[in-house]
Amino acid sequence: MTSPSSTGSCLLSLLIFSPLAAAVVAAFIRSDRWLRWWTLAATTIIAVVSLPLYTGFDVATSKFQFTETANWIPTLKIQYALGIDGISLLLVLLTTLIMPLCVLCSWNYIQNRIREFMICLLIMESAMIGVFCALDFVLFFVFWEAMLIPMALLIGIWGGPRKIYASLKFFIYTMSGSVFLLVALIALRLQVGSFYIPDMMGKPYSHEFQTWVFLAFFISFAIKVPMFPFHTWLPAAHVEAPTAGSVILASVLLKMGTYGFLRFSLPITPWAAAHFTPWVMALSVVAISYGGLTALAQTDLKKLVAYSSVAHMGFATLGIFAMNKMGLEGAIMVMINHGVTTGALFITVGIIYERLHSRELGQAAGMGKRLPVLAAFAGVFALSSLAFPGTNSFIGEFMVMAGGFKFSQVMMILVAPGVVLAAAYMLRMLQKLAYGSTKNPDHSKLQDLGFREVVTLAPLLVFVFWIGLHPEPFTRVMHASVENLLQQTAQAPSASGLAVAQTPVVSK
Amino acid sequence: MVDAMETTQDIRLLLAILAPLVGAGLVMASGKKPNVREGFSVLAAVTLLGVIVSLVPDVLAHKRLAFTLFNLLPNLSFTLRADALSMVFALAASFLWVLTVFYSAGYMRGLHEHEQTRFNTCFALALFGAIGCALSDNLLTMYLFYEIVSVCTYPLVAHHQDEESYEGGKKYLVYLTTTAKGLILPAMVLIYVLTGTLDFATNIHSGIPFPPEAGRWVVTILYGCCILGFAKNGIMPLHSWLPSAMVAPTPVSALLHAVAVVKVGVFSTVRVMLYVFGLDRMDALNLGLPTAYFVSITILVASIVALSKDNLKARLAYSTVSQLSYVILGVALLTPTGVEGGLIHIANHAFSKITLFFCAGAIYVATHKKNISEMHGLGRVMPITFAAFALASLSMIGAPPVAGFVTKWYLLNGAMDAGSLGILLVLMASTLLNTAYFAPVVYHGFFGKPAPADAGHHYKEAHPAMVIPLAITALISLAIGLYPNFFMRFVQALL
Repeated sequence: MTSPSSTGSCLLSLLIFSPLAAAVVAAFIRSDRWLRWWTLAATTIIAVVSLPLYTGFDVATSKFQFTETANWIPTLKIQYALGIDGISLLLVLLTTLIMPLCVLCSWNYIQNRIREFMICLLIMESAMIGVFCALDFVLFFVFWEAMLIPMALLIGIWGGPRKIYASLKFFIYTMSGSVFLLVALIALRLQVGSFYIPDMMGKPYSHEFQTWVFLAFFISFAIKVPMFPFHTWLPAAHVEAPTAGSVILASVLLKMGTYGFLRFSLPITPWAAAHFTPWVMALSVVAISYGGLTALAQTDLKKLVAYSSVAHMGFATLGIFAMNKMGLEGAIMVMINHGVTTGALFITVGIIYERLHSRELGQAAGMGKRLPVLAAFAGVFALSSLAFPGTNSFIGEFMVMAGGFKFSQVMMILVAPGVVLAAAYMLRMLQKLAYGSTKNPDHSKLQDLGFREVVTLAPLLVFVFWIGLHPEPFTRVMHASVENLLQQTAQAPSASGLAVAQTPVVSK
Repeated sequence: MVDAMETTQDIRLLLAILAPLVGAGLVMASGKKPNVREGFSVLAAVTLLGVIVSLVPDVLAHKRLAFTLFNLLPNLSFTLRADALSMVFALAASFLWVLTVFYSAGYMRGLHEHEQTRFNTCFALALFGAIGCALSDNLLTMYLFYEIVSVCTYPLVAHHQDEESYEGGKKYLVYLTTTAKGLILPAMVLIYVLTGTLDFATNIHSGIPFPPEAGRWVVTILYGCCILGFAKNGIMPLHSWLPSAMVAPTPVSALLHAVAVVKVGVFSTVRVMLYVFGLDRMDALNLGLPTAYFVSITILVASIVALSKDNLKARLAYSTVSQLSYVILGVALLTPTGVEGGLIHIANHAFSKITLFFCAGAIYVATHKKNISEMHGLGRVMPITFAAFALASLSMIGAPPVAGFVTKWYLLNGAMDAGSLGILLVLMASTLLNTAYFAPVVYHGFFGKPAPADAGHHYKEAHPAMVIPLAITALISLAIGLYPNFFMRFVQALL
């Protein structure tokens, strides 16, 4: 077994455990006002503390960095192993960026049980960072499961009218995915003899073993993405969740599924991944078109954005399984961009809801006339969502499409209608918000965005254009890791050939 | 010679796109003071024209001017360039913007239109897109500005915010974004994947080098996507957004649907034909004459539809659809004279068609009449307007010595060089049809008997802010017919 080395940095542990510590402190704060400020301060400081991850990141290597190792349960060889590479770095940073915005957008939205709400948010942050940093499968699984409960609570307690239904549906779907993940975990442990994730990569497993492990991974991650046809929990959860819940769900939680594909499915079961690629591609294309068509039919703003997520994540899975550099890097860009843009759209919808107490597009028709600042923000984020050139999403979709064309030109013809649909549903929403029709509801009593709301949306606006016009700082960090991942997947056919010759790695 | 041109980073290209962009911001900020607002519009337009004119000597000296805005991926950037082809479009658009600012101030105030600040802001943004398109150095940059034009002109088309304008606006967006995202974007990505670049070639012959593994059919399909995808070029069957967009106020129809928007469409189309595919490849793949025949359908059918329209703006709209295809037809002939005739028509049509729209708007402001059948005898009370209309009509018909004649001359020569009798017949038929739908307007305007309903009215010319611009553009139509070399030297610099 490769012994994971520790670099002596404890930055990742600090990032994982400081939200928990902040949650403990929050438990003792009495005043609602101070609770909000405390959580905001804590999440903001964590976001700042996470920046050295980027500045100290070595872009030349594909090795895991900022690694930490400690024995956790020695008898079972379970370790406390952390580390990030070019694939997880940006996702960790996205998480720490999104959290202060979640606190800000809940400022007035959440009026009851504020302490519990803030504690849930902080626990979520710990778990989410943990998932992206864990290098031990058991540790990963613990964080993976730990996210479930606070998320279910966020929906179930602070959600809308059908919150219990949505919360339960979310819980059951994700839980059933987790069961498959657990099975894969145990199977791999029996083959490899270690829970250390890098140890599991690049091993010459038999085709049959790879197939089963891949399928177990696939169900678990496909639910999380969510891929068609495992997506039905998503609209329910989004519609009922409070704004912060939707933002976390869209910006970070959905990325866990695609992250799983990148971290587990491709490097651990490359043969099976290649074998099932046509199927996954087909599901991705269906997701893009289905998500787009369904979004076009929605009159509920949150559902519209939720279904657009299904379509966008279809691009991410498409890029991943194109299994070339363009596609993979594009997929990671789509993941980040979706986090930025869809997070921003959910915050915008939340802002509209706080004013209208309705998410119906018809009720919001013509709001732009009275609330030009809101309309301007919504406009930029909607254009970003439809991949307008010059915005962040364009780069991601362009790279994914380029990767897709390298994979199959014919398949991309099927993607084109989905791209058009994105423009259709977003421009429709934008047209309604800005103009509406000749008979718009009266919005004369509504206030335009306040300072806090502008501060919430502004950072995301910066990222829309920063990534859109100067993506190099973002793509730079992923090159080495993506190359490495490609090498691992490219070995797929040869590894299967070698499997006969080599003694299978079985631990005693 | 062409390849030996050195590339210079030129800040003026940045200034050229910043002028309308900053202008739009200033217009928006000064909305409460109409005179200051219009002042900023004029300032932006004049600055833009100045910058573009300052580029002329360098372009004619064959300097390659470029300016990189943003680098996105390897060989993928937002970059501007100024070459002779850009100048034909940029000069026409920026000069006409100056006149349109005055004209639209007269029109909008004369009709007491609402939301004039939004109108002027979006107008400047549309010019930002058009100039950006003219100055694009690669397909990606062109796509960016093309989409900016689509989005920024929606508020102009839907300006009146009534049922009709919402319908027109919807159709406008659906047609233009669907074709751009459904055809241009995939084509662009595939060209990037195949060739590793989206940069336009440096001459009109070679195009971007496609690798041999990109088969004949792949290139042909990409070509088809580009011809149909830039739907602003009004090629049938994707033209019907254009007549619907005529619900917009007339200055919009004038500048945007005679100069900026539709010219962005044809300019993008010919830019891609000449600089992505190249004349040599089009010839090798035998794409020229089929394209010419394909757009001939548009030329003839649109003219016939124009005959049936009584609404003056609708007739002009279909005339535009028809005339735009001249540009593409000329280039598709693949002969030097054909290409010259097609490209020069970008400018010739701009000056003549804007005159016609200006006249239509002036007639509407002065008399509130939209239909040709109600305009009998108006030429006697609005002589300048109708004289300008007559002059511009002659240009559309292609009669000497007005601008359109130059186009027709070169196109006819080009068709003969290409040895295509069919195209020759199309051009002749089109000339007859042009005469058939323009001559009656002029004839009845001057010699028709005023309708009895007009008896009590004392119509007179519209405000000078409107009449002077239309007189100027009419005279320029005449001038560039008499001295075609003004624009022709740019076109000839390309060959």
